[in-house]
Amino acid sequence: MSKMPDSSLITPKALKHLKKRRAADARFRLYGIAAIVFALSALALLVIAIGTRAYSATTQYVYQTEVLLQADLVAPEGETSEAEITRNIEGFYTLVRDKLFTEFPEATQSQATRQELSELVNRLAVLPLAERVAANPTLIGKSIKVRVPLSDDLDLYFKGSSPKDVTVRVGSAGKVQTDAEGSINLTGTPGLSKVVSTRSLLEEGQTTGSVLLAGGDAVARVEALTADAARLTLLTGELEDLTQTPLIAHIIPLPEAERPISDQQIAWAIALKKAGNARRVLHTSLLTHTDSTYPELAGTLAAIVGSLLTMMVTACVAIPMGIFAAVYLEEFAPRNRLTNLIEVNINNLAAVPSIVFGLLGASLLLGTFGLPRSAPIVGGLVLALLILPVVIIASRASLRSVPPSIRSGALAVGASRMQAVFHHVLPLAAPGMFTGAILGMARALGETAPLLLIGMVAFVAEVPNSATDEATALPVLIYSWASNAERAWEPMTAAAIVILLSLLVIMNVVVVFLRRRFERRW
Amino acid sequence: MDTVGPAKADLALTGEGADNTQALTYPRIDCKNVSVYYDDKQAVFDVSLAIHDRAVTALIGPSGCGKSTFLRCLNRMNDTIEGAKVTGDIFMEGENINSPDVDPVLLRSRVGMVFQKPNPFPKSIYDNIAYGPRIHGMVDGRDDLDAVVEKSLRRAGLWDEVKDRLTQPGTSLSGGQQQRLCIARAIAVRPEVILMDEPCSALDPIATARIEELIDELRKRYCIVIVTHSMQQAARVSQRTAFFHLGNLVEMGDTDQIFTNPRVRRTEDYITGRFG
Ligand SMILES: Nc1ncnc2c1ncn2[C@@H]1O[C@H](COP(=O)(O)OP(=O)(O)O)[C@@H](O)[C@H]1O
Ligand SMILES: [Mg+2]
Repeated sequence: MSKMPDSSLITPKALKHLKKRRAADARFRLYGIAAIVFALSALALLVIAIGTRAYSATTQYVYQTEVLLQADLVAPEGETSEAEITRNIEGFYTLVRDKLFTEFPEATQSQATRQELSELVNRLAVLPLAERVAANPTLIGKSIKVRVPLSDDLDLYFKGSSPKDVTVRVGSAGKVQTDAEGSINLTGTPGLSKVVSTRSLLEEGQTTGSVLLAGGDAVARVEALTADAARLTLLTGELEDLTQTPLIAHIIPLPEAERPISDQQIAWAIALKKAGNARRVLHTSLLTHTDSTYPELAGTLAAIVGSLLTMMVTACVAIPMGIFAAVYLEEFAPRNRLTNLIEVNINNLAAVPSIVFGLLGASLLLGTFGLPRSAPIVGGLVLALLILPVVIIASRASLRSVPPSIRSGALAVGASRMQAVFHHVLPLAAPGMFTGAILGMARALGETAPLLLIGMVAFVAEVPNSATDEATALPVLIYSWASNAERAWEPMTAAAIVILLSLLVIMNVVVVFLRRRFERRW
Repeated sequence: MDTVGPAKADLALTGEGADNTQALTYPRIDCKNVSVYYDDKQAVFDVSLAIHDRAVTALIGPSGCGKSTFLRCLNRMNDTIEGAKVTGDIFMEGENINSPDVDPVLLRSRVGMVFQKPNPFPKSIYDNIAYGPRIHGMVDGRDDLDAVVEKSLRRAGLWDEVKDRLTQPGTSLSGGQQQRLCIARAIAVRPEVILMDEPCSALDPIATARIEELIDELRKRYCIVIVTHSMQQAARVSQRTAFFHLGNLVEMGDTDQIFTNPRVRRTEDYITGRFG
């Protein structure tokens, strides 16, 4: 008792210990926070990278015009059956193209320019229009407003990604004259000095690119340029327009030969946009169209439906099988060598690379059982095998988390083992089981490799109607879009990735909801 | 071997004691040479004893001596434990419940059990009680079921506390109430025997007192076997006491006799707190 003052709680030694422990504590917390910050920023980077790339694919440039649905073009043999009209793409395309020709009569002068103008709209782009008219033949003979997607190259140009187009305000045009050889001379135009300096900056002193001058409805190409004068060739529109309105110069540094669209096409594009006939609209066809070789026409619908069908097969096979296997192993199976072996193997199976399952599916399901190639039923079965171990493991864990006292309680009032499991254990384990199942499904939704091996990579232009139809899946579509060379596929691929990620997010939200809703209550 | 010998000798003595009380109460359960093994390890050694009807029998002994294991023999709950094996005969109303022809599910509807930790189902209070009668098809219609639920809750002394909140989850009750709910749940299937494995060990003294009162009340209708580690509790609620040690039944007799005048030295040592 007399030693009390000595055993004080605050001694230098104790203080030192405390300080050390506090420092260790703080260090540990710092590591934790650093790890979380790193993970979050990696995630944010991913989302931003994909999001910005996909953003430009959320809209699309279309040619908007009004066409008269002439019966002789749309239904040449007086045929008004749906199939006949839908098949008559040529007629509809002629309608749209002729409309372009009336808008730009200069294109009709030669076969080459006709071809050039036709390239602005893809032949197959009129398919939705044809389908619309086929579904409602009373439209024939009437004038309707139509929107057809412009070619992917034009779309990229409008969106500013390629070729690059730098605009400079030239202001008033000065004097415009046509000389003896027919070329247009612009003189007394001080605004051109800005064009000269910008151009030399962009092209690093060279003049291999093009400069277009746009005024009113007219667009002209600059053939020779000085600080206040220029020689021009009129590409589209009326000469007077160049004089009337303030001029805008479009500097395109990339040489014409190196880009997919010519000066002439850019001139038409500029004119179309100015007239309000080239419009940026929401890119709904991304969700409503099937795959296409032309990026401006391609959509993900067939792949989404293919993925959903595949997931349905997967769910129908993997969830009941996984849950029953888990219930048996956890609640009924005796613990012996055999069940231990099974357990080890299930755990190992969960670690098998997915491509191995694809090989299995290809040789067994396609080879031995002769199931159809490229069909969701095969994909679904393969993915079901793939996620079965995951579902079993998650289900067993959630069964194990139900306290044994609940089982004893039920048994003690005279419930059979079956009743104890089905009345008490399963309802409590269900949220956990479904969580596991949905997480497994989410994994299956993102799988590509096994589907490649069973042929679900085929080009599919039709929405599959059943699990035995030819189909592809979203991740596979992403894979094939990503391997396309044209630049227009890049934002499309990113957009498809966003769609896939959204589906995954939806599944995870369902999981969170299930967890919240059926939180264990004991 | 040393431990088995005296236990058997004691049993002969308690057998006589049992005969004396038989005039008042009738042996409902007769255990003969019951042994229990967990895999190869024996946990209960050759226990023979008689359990009387309309009386509370307490099983006491140091922890790990096989009280719970023995208790579980009486409703064949050991069947649900992997690796557990029971030998010997247990007669209830002249039938050997260890016979392979006996359906343990039916047996458990006649021998209810209450566990150490209250384990109500995570369902409503009503459904907790109604579950047993429902699965056994003991009731016709809702009214009948309502009556059974009320009667069981009344017998468990819980009715007044929960009659207005029957739809609330059983897990929302206090620990003592939950334990009485579990007793009511056991009563609802109209058992003849109720087994209780340390029913008060997770409860506070007030809740414990209530359960003890309840046990005393239930004794009038049921045959009760209670495992307890508290000798005071055994003395308070039981009429008969069996003392287990290292898997052997050391001594059994009327509670008064065991506590005031134990015949075996080890019983006395345990009761006076010299080991355990
Ligand atoms: N499920 C089991 N598996 C293996 N051994 C067990 C099991 N339950 C109990 N035992 C063993 O049996 C002996 C008796 O246990 P138990 O009946 O629980 O004792 P008590 O209830 O008297 O404290 C102990 O040695 C214990 O380790
Ligand atoms: Mg015990």
